[in-house]
Amino acid sequence: MQQIHIGAIDYAILIVYFAFVLGIGWALRRFVKSSDDFFLSGRSIPTWIAGLAFLSANLGAQEVIGMGASGAKYGMMTSHFYWVGAIPAMVFVGIFMMPFYYGSRARSVPEYLKLRFDEKTRGFNAITFAVMTVFSSGISMYALAKLLELVLGWNFHTSVLLSAVIVLIYIFMGGLTSAIYNEVLQFFLIVMGFLPLVLLGLKDVGGWAGLTAKLQTVATNAGYAPGAWSASWRHLSSPSANPMGVEWFGMVMGLGFVLSFGYWCTDFLVIQRAMAANSMTAARRTPLLAAIPKMLFPALVILPGMIAIALHVTRGGLLPLGSDGTPNYNLAVPVMLAHYLPSGLLGLGLTALMASFMSGMAGNVTAFNAVWTYDIYQSHIRPGQSDAHYLRMGHAATVFGILLSVAAAYATTRFNNIMDMLQLVFAFVNAPLFATFLLGMFWRRTTGHGAFFGLLAGTAAAAIHHGLVLPQGAVPGLKGAFFGAVLHTYPSEMAQNFWTAIFAWTTCFVATIVISLATRRNKSDDELKGLVYALTPRLTDGAMPWYKRPATLAVVVLALTLVLNVIFW
Amino acid sequence: MTLDLRMPIGLIFTIFGSMLTVYGLVSGDAIYERSLGVNVNLWWGLVLLAFGLVMLAFAIRAVRRRHRETRTIDSTSTP
Repeated sequence: MQQIHIGAIDYAILIVYFAFVLGIGWALRRFVKSSDDFFLSGRSIPTWIAGLAFLSANLGAQEVIGMGASGAKYGMMTSHFYWVGAIPAMVFVGIFMMPFYYGSRARSVPEYLKLRFDEKTRGFNAITFAVMTVFSSGISMYALAKLLELVLGWNFHTSVLLSAVIVLIYIFMGGLTSAIYNEVLQFFLIVMGFLPLVLLGLKDVGGWAGLTAKLQTVATNAGYAPGAWSASWRHLSSPSANPMGVEWFGMVMGLGFVLSFGYWCTDFLVIQRAMAANSMTAARRTPLLAAIPKMLFPALVILPGMIAIALHVTRGGLLPLGSDGTPNYNLAVPVMLAHYLPSGLLGLGLTALMASFMSGMAGNVTAFNAVWTYDIYQSHIRPGQSDAHYLRMGHAATVFGILLSVAAAYATTRFNNIMDMLQLVFAFVNAPLFATFLLGMFWRRTTGHGAFFGLLAGTAAAAIHHGLVLPQGAVPGLKGAFFGAVLHTYPSEMAQNFWTAIFAWTTCFVATIVISLATRRNKSDDELKGLVYALTPRLTDGAMPWYKRPATLAVVVLALTLVLNVIFW
Repeated sequence: MTLDLRMPIGLIFTIFGSMLTVYGLVSGDAIYERSLGVNVNLWWGLVLLAFGLVMLAFAIRAVRRRHRETRTIDSTSTP
């Protein structure tokens, strides 16, 4: 694509941002005195900050670039990632799971597994999670450097080095607090940087009405019903009726239930932000408060992609074409920035984009730090050391976590397949995890062996399912069918992923129950107090006025989400 | 007590807002062709400036209140 020329004012904005990022780390360094301060912000973060950080920790590259790309490729149905996926899961984690995470005083998600089940379940989760965070952070770094190379013509190595050094410095100085503060800053930058883009785009296409009219051309050109790009539910009756290639059951079960709950309820990257909150109520309100801006985010991240494809089809040639002749959807957002924003505001938009990539990295690095130090180093390598020793280890983990991320970024440039394969493996590991937590938190009879072997069985089921099916038009290999035979062909990769998740979850759920019933309980009722629903005293919110209770907030959030689903039906 | 996050957020948006507003005033009309003829730097600069100043006002009020509280505690503890 044609490179964007940016002026002195754009560079100035970028430099001011970098100065602030480092300044925040510098200002926070004197508050880091213990390992708790470094890894959990001393459990002192106010609700609104924890909530916005909970939201932006996930607002990395895949969100801003990926959701824009999906908006262009699938249209309004992309909103299901928010209104069916994320929001109900965030409400569930806030209301039902946070009491156990926060109340158990576990310092990480793997540590909760240790308290609830046993060491081997914790070890399995800690190791896969640590590997996963390093690679996610590496992917973020790679994606940022590739984008800057493509759009601005910056040197790939300089971009990798620059982002790595900046993230290293601010986490090293301020720990989790520094990462959280920068995530909140990034949240406001993304909103303020992308809003003018959306407003200008909407003005250009003639508002929502104009956009829907243009998207009808997009849909009919691609051979679908006219509303396929602008309705979220109407075309879900069969996989062939919509560009995503899924039907409502795969959508609701696969994306809504397994994948989203699996991510928002068990991924330490986001849970860590709520664990840093300053009280139980604050921890429970964190995901609920995050859900309110989250439900409006489709307007910021999906809409630019939809506008881009509408302009691409009706006015011709906005998006650069890939080697196979289809538009390069991943460039939808950068192209829109260059298309509408003049020098000045363009700098702000690019700053927002870079902020999102760097926070994605930082979020992964802080989660890696804590899991490495608490769940691997302290529990397996050198237990019983002083707190200062673990704080030093946390600093060291930041340095080698970032070095490993840089290595992962370079591995991606060399072997594109490795990255695809790793993402696949992680999907296999993550999908069944939610079944383990669900049973662990709500059924006291679940045993350590049941959890561990159920998890393995679920992971294996995911791999087997993936190995026997294929998305339409793909060749056997990484995309599926690596066992040779093709038992079923899905209309799209997305449909295949949803069903892999459903099989993995169900297998883990059933296997955990069966094995638990066949093995002896390894924890007594007394040991499970505060870890299992039936054995934990109910939290009484009665002392709070009704409008401050988490349950009230949850009902409001769910009602608003329902309204959004109906409006864009 | 740690850093009040509203302070750096207020500061950075006040700076960004001022930069864009000034740039919007001095830059010619030519660069606004792509933004549909709207001087977005000026208008959005003012929005950012307002947001930054509101955040700063909250942060400064909180600092003042803390000062006042510590002063009352000091005066009650010394006989």
